[in-house]
Amino acid sequence: MSVAEGKPRRDGASARRTRLRHLLQGWLAHHRLSAADSLARVLDHPFASALTWLVIGIALALPAALTVALDNARALSDRWDSPAQLSLFLGGSVGGEEAQALQDTLQQRPDIEQVVFVSRDDALAEFSALSGFADVLETLERNPLPDVLLVTPVPGSDALAPLYEQLKGDPRVAEVVLDMAWLERLNTLMQLSRRVVLALGSVLVAGVVLILGNTIRLAIESRREEIVVIKLVGGSNAFVRRPFLYTGLWYGVGGGVFAALLVASALWFLGGPVTRLAELYQSNFRLGGLGIMGSLNLVLIGGVLGLAGAWLAVTRHLRLIAPR
Amino acid sequence: MITFDRVSKRYAEGHEALSEVSMDIRQDEMVFLTGHSGAGKSTLLRLIMLIERPSRGQVIVDGLNLAKVRERGIPRHRRNIGVVFQNHQLLFDRSVFDNVALPLVIGGYEHREIGRRVRAALDKVGLLTKERALPVTLSGGEQQRVGIARAVVARPRILLADEPTGNLDPVLSAEIMQLFEAFSQVGVTVLIASHDLALISRLRHRILTLRNGRLVGAGS
Repeated sequence: MSVAEGKPRRDGASARRTRLRHLLQGWLAHHRLSAADSLARVLDHPFASALTWLVIGIALALPAALTVALDNARALSDRWDSPAQLSLFLGGSVGGEEAQALQDTLQQRPDIEQVVFVSRDDALAEFSALSGFADVLETLERNPLPDVLLVTPVPGSDALAPLYEQLKGDPRVAEVVLDMAWLERLNTLMQLSRRVVLALGSVLVAGVVLILGNTIRLAIESRREEIVVIKLVGGSNAFVRRPFLYTGLWYGVGGGVFAALLVASALWFLGGPVTRLAELYQSNFRLGGLGIMGSLNLVLIGGVLGLAGAWLAVTRHLRLIAPR
Repeated sequence: MITFDRVSKRYAEGHEALSEVSMDIRQDEMVFLTGHSGAGKSTLLRLIMLIERPSRGQVIVDGLNLAKVRERGIPRHRRNIGVVFQNHQLLFDRSVFDNVALPLVIGGYEHREIGRRVRAALDKVGLLTKERALPVTLSGGEQQRVGIARAVVARPRILLADEPTGNLDPVLSAEIMQLFEAFSQVGVTVLIASHDLALISRLRHRILTLRNGRLVGAGS
């Protein structure tokens, strides 16, 4: 230890510091000892411990998996999401030049990002190519499709409704289709799902804490005599508490690891089919997972819950065990 | 070192275990506490260890008025007292070494220091070769000596013993008493509760006798 040289009462100060250092070292040593001893006890009963880990893992994996599912759903819906598109179907009497003029006017507006003109002929060609009704369409006397302007508003613009009204009022426009309703429904549904996951998660988290609390309570009961002896020879409550808190931590951390593994294996199981399904829709969508950070978070959450459960059990039961 | 000033202890069910007990034990003394079972010997020791608190009167240990020791301060108080129990109170899933080391681990001693002190204590009670053994493999006398080693390992100023020879034959009992005398000679205050009058009257120390919770004769 560094001694503050040249200071008055340096001996007294250094003695006090040495004492403090010894106390700190002893405290750290007991933390190490408790951590190692608790881990050894947990690993001494691999089957029982694995069951506890699995129970906690399942309870944590459920909300984690649902969160991952929601994240994926959002990633997917973001591709269709804003900016929403307005389709302006022009009247049959509107000619190509008029349509061009309208496109230019609209292009000037600050709340519109892009306007794409799809002529009735292009639309028909595309339709016949994609629908497979080319033969049928050949037989039509005239093109039944109108000219269309695809209007993309500036992203984040909330003035869609007024824009919609204005465009609808234009005499050259026969009809405006703003396909937002289903997106709103989807978004609301997502919000609702998020709430459900949150509620479910809270209940399961509470369950994890209670399960761990009960496990630690049993551990305390099985070591009752030891606790009495420790208290008789002067062990403080913190000293008695420490190994049990570590036991809770190990159960929680193990549960978190199991949860991460469960989520990862579920994603691995679903990943192939999802990719194939996406390919069928000409999408390069890939199922997103927890990632390293997500998995570490899950383990961390497990550890915190383990500590919380142990704390709950320890504060409730340890006080009741006293030498008689 | 240990002073009782008109101490009474009445239990909730109305039984008075100690009545108006006053006594004073000096620092270099070794004192026996005797009486029938139920006379209050254990209660007296429990008051010193703060397992219980008196209903009336004052207990002063090493200059500390125990009434002033709060719940949080009890562990620290107990660390200053070495206690030997009749039923040993050993941890049976731990080695002899770990059992003896317990007070030092609680006291936050350094690893090397623990090893040194535990071996010194085991040497004193003649069990140095058994440090790796589990308590169950030891005889009753050996287990009691482990208990004594644990009681003295942190070098407490006070040593209490509750029927330390309760289950031992006379030869072993005499050996245990010699151990206590050895600690007394190095300045540890020793208080031993025992009903083995034949044994303790042969040793020349003060004997306190309890009868129905009262101290009778603060004899030689």
